Amino acid sequence: MNSRLLLSRFGASLSAARRPAARLPRHALPAIRRYATSEQHTMTVREALNLAMEEEMTRDENVFILGEEVARYNGAYKVTKGLMDKFGEKRVVDTPITEMGFAGIAVGAAFQGLRPICEFMTFNFAMQAIDQIVNSAGKTYYMSGGNVPCPVVFRGPNGAASGVAAQHSHDYAAWYGSIPGLKVVSPWSAEDCKGLLKSAIRDPNPVVFLENEMLYGVSFPMSQEAMSADFLLPIGKAKVEKEGSDVTIVAHSKMVTHSLEAAEELAKEGIKAEVINLRSIRPLDIDTIIKSVKKTNRLVVVEGGFPMFGVGSEICAQIVESEAFDYLDAPVERVTGADVPTPYATNLETLAFPDTPLITKIL
Amino acid sequence: MASLARVRLAGRAMPRTHLASSPALALSRRGVATTADTTQLQGALPESATEPFTLKLHEDSFQSYLCDTPSLDVSITKDELLTMYKQMQTMRRMEMAADALYKAKMIRGFCHLAIGQEAVSVGMEHGIDPNDRVITGYRCHPFAVLRGGTIKGVLGELLGRQAGMSNGKGGSMHIFTPTFFGGNGIVGAQVPVGAGAAFAQKYRGEKNCTFAMYGDGASNQGQVFEAFNMAKLWNLPTIFVCENNNGRSSNTQYFTRGDRIPGIQVNGMDIIAATQAVKYARNWAVDQDNGPLLLEFVTYRYGGHSMSDPGTTYRTREEVQRMRSTQDPIRGLQRYLEEWGIATEQDLKKLDKEAKAEVDKAVEEAKALKDLWTDIYYKGTEPTSMRGREREEVPLLLNAPLTSLRRLGVSGLSVERGWCRVLGVGA
Repeated sequence: MNSRLLLSRFGASLSAARRPAARLPRHALPAIRRYATSEQHTMTVREALNLAMEEEMTRDENVFILGEEVARYNGAYKVTKGLMDKFGEKRVVDTPITEMGFAGIAVGAAFQGLRPICEFMTFNFAMQAIDQIVNSAGKTYYMSGGNVPCPVVFRGPNGAASGVAAQHSHDYAAWYGSIPGLKVVSPWSAEDCKGLLKSAIRDPNPVVFLENEMLYGVSFPMSQEAMSADFLLPIGKAKVEKEGSDVTIVAHSKMVTHSLEAAEELAKEGIKAEVINLRSIRPLDIDTIIKSVKKTNRLVVVEGGFPMFGVGSEICAQIVESEAFDYLDAPVERVTGADVPTPYATNLETLAFPDTPLITKIL
Repeated sequence: MASLARVRLAGRAMPRTHLASSPALALSRRGVATTADTTQLQGALPESATEPFTLKLHEDSFQSYLCDTPSLDVSITKDELLTMYKQMQTMRRMEMAADALYKAKMIRGFCHLAIGQEAVSVGMEHGIDPNDRVITGYRCHPFAVLRGGTIKGVLGELLGRQAGMSNGKGGSMHIFTPTFFGGNGIVGAQVPVGAGAAFAQKYRGEKNCTFAMYGDGASNQGQVFEAFNMAKLWNLPTIFVCENNNGRSSNTQYFTRGDRIPGIQVNGMDIIAATQAVKYARNWAVDQDNGPLLLEFVTYRYGGHSMSDPGTTYRTREEVQRMRSTQDPIRGLQRYLEEWGIATEQDLKKLDKEAKAEVDKAVEEAKALKDLWTDIYYKGTEPTSMRGREREEVPLLLNAPLTSLRRLGVSGLSVERGWCRVLGVGA
């Protein structure tokens, strides 16, 4: 019954989840293989998220998961697979379809010192609960004069999936990124996901953790360090994924894949692009971007969200305000999702989001 | 025994049905008695102030939905009744002080007072365990004091002062204590949060419950029903408490609106009935582990919804005056105390004076506002910088390298609670 319920609600993406191979970004793997050696572990983003939660639940009795289909069904995208079997229904809690209600319950439990991981089947549905995320979770610590912390993680897939049309294809990075009191993370690789989700769970602030459905099935190399149960990545620090001297590309989430691929294309022409994986939307690691721009003198910002008032707009504004502005040899370029509700048809959907050829063209 | 006018009971004949809506019947349909002076002394009064004796509540103090009503026999002491009186009087004095400060333009923004509803806040405190949790909406001042706060802290908060319980950052609607979670400004949003507190209590196996409070207005929010559903599904120790100060819904029998959750409607003007109901609810959720329960306190707010509402557009001045003069919770308890010989008029006047003096003193204790920039992120986990209103306004920099401070032309720093605060930014 659960699966029927789910199918009726989110049929298209669920069937995609059952066929992870179908959702691999076409150009994702070649770009990454550069880093891998045959001795290294690889792990999918899904496995990394799952491992992060398992490790933190083992470490801290206060950590629990709630959300729709997270327990018996093992998660709509199987991110919580096996956790109910290991930790029981007390700590992996299936909720009714009632986002505002269970987001509020997560916040209330966090006020009491538990560390809830509140999974939204997708962040599109979290719009039903955005008042609890912004007003109850994001602001109470401040409004209470520092008396009531709210250590909650809201996580789930964010941004466009495949063929699910406008209401299910929305990137909320800029929305949550504008709220003081929230931390907002947008990981790309499996290593990002493991290190950042563990940090998010341990963080005493509310953290919005924006995953990407299209990356769940993608494999990434995992260093020995990243395989450790103590592996944490700091929230608020970007990572230079590829060093270069001619142009800086800043991206987050799936757009890092496309940016790295574009950088590979440019390398064939002798242009050395530096690719920065933002990792964190708020706090925003503007210092890393400034440092890079002062070296390359050019900046392109790539994101899957809408163009207006977006992550790219914010980075652009902060660069203009900084000393890096004097180092720019050209205006900052933004490559973003098109200013249009996401269409259903494949050919139209392709036109709505940046891809590798588009980024390459801009560069 | 003097019997004051009552408003009752057209709806009592059919308490378990959903009654047709008619504005003219709004008050009378509310069901239970709303008198504050119909409780009777049973037997003789003991000499000792701490020895329990028995009272009999009016037969119409409660009505129930899917459960039994609380017992009408109440065991209580003289001391407890006198404490209730003093606390109700003090809470009213505090709200009156807030009213005056608001009218003197010393309080900004929103300010929602609970004058008339004292039997609920004080009565609840006498029925619950100190470790139980309470959360409510924006009409929160008395709860904040009774749950471990101070009058000075509440009034200081309203004045936006350092002495405020939220350092002046929350204001009237956002006041918290270790067992009281606000003080929430979004109508209804506190109800699932309260269910979450109960979730945590159950998770940890604590013998406590959470009282998630809301008004009849908030009772129509969808998320209130979402919280009902999950609380029942997971058998959470949540007492959903509706303070019905006369609202408008298709079903105004708020205690019946939990679907499969049982409910009790309570005379919320009689503090003894209110306390008895809270004890019943606690026993239900904690001792019996029966899961959630709805409590509806039928109460009356003398003032408007907030300071900007005269409160006379949806009800008449005469109605308010009548409730005030005939069913006031403090006057009701005063009558009990005098009639039963527990206190003289002089004794009670002395308590009144003490209440007034306590509040007056608290009003005078306001201090300067604290720093704007603390408490956004948990102490020790703050970002290295936050932006001010313009590029050069850099109000705080934590762990920032000295070079970057010099780059910004910073002339001085002060350190407060681990924060580097930039005192001056040079041109």
